[in-house]
Amino acid sequence: MTYGPRPWLQQHWDVRAALNFMLGGTGSGLMVFLAITRAESAWPILVSLLLVAAGLGAVWLEIGRKLRALHVFFNPFTSWMTRESFVALLLFPLGLGAFLTSKFLPVAALAALAFLYCQARILHGAKGIPAWRAPQLVPLMVLTGLAEGAGALVLFSSRPLALALLAAAVIARAAFWMRYRQAVSNDALESAGKALVHIGTSAVLVLAAASFYVAEAAYLAGLAAIATGWHFKLALVTRAALNQGFALPRLPVRGTR
Amino acid sequence: MTRWAMIADLRRCVGCQTCTAACKQANGTPPGVQWRRVLDVEVGEYPAVRRAFVPVGCQHCDDPPCLHVCPSTATRKRADGIVTVDPDLCIGCAYCAVACPYQARYKVDGIATKCTFCVERIDAGLAAGLKPGVDPEATPACVNSCIAGALHFGDIEDPASNVSALLAENQHFRMHEELGTGPGFYYLWDKAP
Repeated sequence: MTYGPRPWLQQHWDVRAALNFMLGGTGSGLMVFLAITRAESAWPILVSLLLVAAGLGAVWLEIGRKLRALHVFFNPFTSWMTRESFVALLLFPLGLGAFLTSKFLPVAALAALAFLYCQARILHGAKGIPAWRAPQLVPLMVLTGLAEGAGALVLFSSRPLALALLAAAVIARAAFWMRYRQAVSNDALESAGKALVHIGTSAVLVLAAASFYVAEAAYLAGLAAIATGWHFKLALVTRAALNQGFALPRLPVRGTR
Repeated sequence: MTRWAMIADLRRCVGCQTCTAACKQANGTPPGVQWRRVLDVEVGEYPAVRRAFVPVGCQHCDDPPCLHVCPSTATRKRADGIVTVDPDLCIGCAYCAVACPYQARYKVDGIATKCTFCVERIDAGLAAGLKPGVDPEATPACVNSCIAGALHFGDIEDPASNVSALLAENQHFRMHEELGTGPGFYYLWDKAP
C-alpha cells in the first residue's frame, strides 16, 4: 500500500503533439504500404510526405523556442525525438525521389518504418507517464500507424491486395491493443479501445468484404481504420496521459519509540 | 567522488512551506512555479487520520529519464550527481517534463526549468572552501530555511557526512524507487531498528 495524491493528467503535450503521432503515423504507414503494393500512381507518395510534414509542423507549434528547432538534432545517442528528426531528414528526400522514380520507394518505405518506430519509442521513453512507458505500447503504436496507412492506401487503391493488407493490419492492431490493455489499465482509453475493436476492426472487415459488391464500401473501411487510429492516439496523448503521481511506501513514525 | 543528495525527514516536516518560499526567493521563479513543493498527504478517515508533509522536487536521479530523452542536450548530469538544464540549448519541447516521474519540470518563458540544488551556491561555496550541507553559504536555500530541521543536504559518498550519518541512523526510502531512476532525494520515516 502506498500513500499520496492520485496521479493527474499531464499538461505539457496537447493536441499538437498528438497530431504528430496521428498524421506522422498515417503518412509513414501509407509510405510502407505504397512500397509493398507498388503504387500505381506517384501522388499518394506526396500525400504521405505531406501528412508526415504536417505532423512535424504541428509539434513544432508546440515547442517553446521555435527558432531553436534545429537543436532537436543534438542528441542522437539517447533521444528518440532526435532520431525521429534524423529519420525525417532522410524520409523527405527519399520520398521525393520515390515520387520522381519508383526506384527509391523501397528505401523510402524503410525510412518511413523507422520513423514510425521512432514515434513509438518517443512515447515509450516518457517514463513519467505509465500509459506511455508500457513496452506493449511500442508494437501497438507501430501497428496503429500501419493500420492507418493501410486505410489511407485503400482510399487511393481498392485492389484486393490493398484490402487484404488493411484487414491484416487492423486485426494485428486489435490483437496488440488487447495485449496492451492487459498490461495497462486506463479508463480514458476504454472508449477509444472499444472503437478500435468494433469500428476499427470488425466494421472495417465487414466493409472490406462488402466492397467486393459495393466498391464504395472500401473507402468507408479505409476512413474507419484511420479515424479510429487517430481517436486512439488523441485519447492516449491528451486524456490517458496521467502522470506517475507521488506515492509514499511508508508514513512517518512520529514521537519517541 | 562526490554525490550530492538531499534528505527530508518526514517525522520533522511540519508543512510550513518555508522551503518553497525560500526557493522562490532564491531562484526568482514566477508564480505557479515551485521547484520545491511540500505535499500535504492525509490518510485514513476520522478519527483515525494520519498526515504527512512531503517535500518534493527534482530528485537529481542517478539515471535521469529527462537526460536520456532531451533532444537538445540541454539537460545534463554533472559528475557530482546534479542534473542541470542549459537554458541556451533548451527548445522547450517538454519531453523532459513528461519523462520525469516526479513532476519536477516547469516550462517558463518557453524553456524547461527545475530545481538545481542551488548549484551556483554549491559551486561558489566550494570555491570559497566551504562545505555544502554544513556551511549555509554553500547549501541549497530550501535546506537553510527549514524551520524544523527536516531538510538536509550533503555528500552521500562521504561516510563521515551529515547525510551519511542520517541514512545510517534511520530507515529511509526514495520516491518511485521501482522505476530504477536512482533518486538523490531520501525520505526518513523512522529510526533504524
